[in-house]
Amino acid sequence: MRIRALVIRIIRQFVRDKRTLALLFLAPLLILSLTKLVFDGRTVSPDIGLVGSASALAEKLEEQADITVFDTFEEADQQLKNGKLDAIIQLKDNKPDVTLEGSDPSVSRSTQLVLQKAMQQSATGDAPAVHYLYGGPNMASFDSFGPVLIGFFSFFFVFLLAGVSFLRERTSGTLERLLATPIRRSEIVLGYLAGFGIFTLIQASLIAWFSVQVLGMSMTGHIVNMLLINLLLSLTALTLGTLLSSFASSEFQIIQFIPVIIVPQAFFSGLFNLDAMNPVLQKLSYIMPLYYGADAMRGIMIRGEGISDIQLDIYVLAGLSILFAILNVIALKKHRRM
Amino acid sequence: MEKSETKPAVDVSRIVRRFGDRTVLDDITLTVPRGELFGLLGPSGSGKTTMIKLITGIDKADSGKVELFGELMPQLKMLQTFGYMAQSDALYQELTGKENMAFYGSLYGLSGKSLASRIQSAASLVNLTDHLNKQTSAYSGGMKRRLSLAIALLHEPQLLVLDEPTVGIDPVLRKAIWNELTALTQQGVTIIVTTHVMDEAEKCDRLGLIRDGKLIAVDTPQAIIDMAGVQTIEEAFITLGGRQEERS
Ligand SMILES: Nc1ncnc2c1ncn2[C@@H]1O[C@H](COP(=O)(O)OP(=O)(O)O)[C@@H](O)[C@H]1O
Ligand SMILES: [Mg+2]
Repeated sequence: MRIRALVIRIIRQFVRDKRTLALLFLAPLLILSLTKLVFDGRTVSPDIGLVGSASALAEKLEEQADITVFDTFEEADQQLKNGKLDAIIQLKDNKPDVTLEGSDPSVSRSTQLVLQKAMQQSATGDAPAVHYLYGGPNMASFDSFGPVLIGFFSFFFVFLLAGVSFLRERTSGTLERLLATPIRRSEIVLGYLAGFGIFTLIQASLIAWFSVQVLGMSMTGHIVNMLLINLLLSLTALTLGTLLSSFASSEFQIIQFIPVIIVPQAFFSGLFNLDAMNPVLQKLSYIMPLYYGADAMRGIMIRGEGISDIQLDIYVLAGLSILFAILNVIALKKHRRM
Repeated sequence: MEKSETKPAVDVSRIVRRFGDRTVLDDITLTVPRGELFGLLGPSGSGKTTMIKLITGIDKADSGKVELFGELMPQLKMLQTFGYMAQSDALYQELTGKENMAFYGSLYGLSGKSLASRIQSAASLVNLTDHLNKQTSAYSGGMKRRLSLAIALLHEPQLLVLDEPTVGIDPVLRKAIWNELTALTQQGVTIIVTTHVMDEAEKCDRLGLIRDGKLIAVDTPQAIIDMAGVQTIEEAFITLGGRQEERS
């Protein structure tokens, strides 16, 4: 019953604290929407300047790029310098010669891709048939790292909130007062888990619904699995946040955990391709909760994986939550030994 | 069980508490019988709060032992036997006064009708009935103090441990609260209260004068005044404190 009292109290505090509610529920949606806007605009068609007469190549290019024809290379070069063009193509000895603007690697890459396609088509007339195992030709980069972002936000905001709430309990003297009642240390931790758990479940559902239904993120797996992973990830963040808050003495010190605990996880969670990294360093991802969360989220949303495919991730996340929760109970001994 | 019924409410023997190399409580022995209103009087920084925390089992002494009703402390089940009011108000600002009381009440095992009726009577005792539905962030310092006191009274404990309960409370209400405390002791409740206000101290059955972590006198207010050969507790404190320093 003491756990219930704690849960009711946490719910009441949350409901009165509109800012925190907004941070928990609206901030992830806002950031997801912004990310979508940035990464998921229409596929950009590069601006290409063509020097000399129109060729077969130009015809093919026309389908995927904005073509402007120039009489001399100098004219085109001027436009390239002004930023009006992404590339210039001229024929030298009947061979295409390409000059790329080059300051943005992603633009260079998409320009090259367009050129390659056009040249293949004009050379053989037969384009190779391409098949996708997962995803498809319409999958945008947002679909690929969206699942990681969802996991990241569940983790980040819950970590922050749980850390700050528990810290406040300590600095405001209520923790000490709480420990002068017959409540058990484990009841405090379980009460926090249950109380915050309710809000993280709502957050997880909201994020899942919003990303799939509103943002139209690709979702091939089952929504229940997605919720489960999100919830587990939040519980890990919750227990880790409260645990670390006992090593902080102010809200600012909780903020200091962000570059140490949160940001490295973002790097290892699959937002960036780690293949280029030293293999020994790559192994660091195995100790990061977000790595497992992101792996499962990707599996569910992109590859349509079911429970059996993500069970390792589930075990690890559940195991970490339980471990952190037990450490929390032990850490409370610092304040009361029984 | 029979044995423990005759044991004093609080029995502290030879406790020492150090923080780093500072000895904050130095070899203190003290017995408070049941039904007594015992005042711990001392200037700020003298070790009153530390003493309270050792009695309640929130903190543990480096040496010596504390017994409540014959039970060795600290012990989880003994936390139910006393009501505690900390020096700083431990209230949840987002909650109303009533919700704060309900929360703490449930932790002591109160629920339903008995919780509701205890909230009403404890609140009326400290004159907060009209403000119960206000968020405590809107409370004045004195109101927070009174709410904390009401919370300590909620589960009708046999022992009340109050750390500077009347700070920030106006004189009229302060007098009413002391009368209430006296009435409680007549029903057999033991009360330990700390204060640095000398005129409050005279209302206690017995006083412990604490200075720099040492208990310099334990007796009734009148006996202490007589022993020092002065007119008021305040003068007694200065005289006795001075003698203590000469000796050490
Ligand atoms: N946790 C602690 N760590 C270090 N010093 C402490 C701690 N708690 C109390 N003290 C010191 O012990 C002394 C007595 O403090 P306290 O018991 O709060 O005095 P009082 O309640 O009489 O004002 C003070 O000098 C205080 O600085
Ligand atoms: Mg004090």
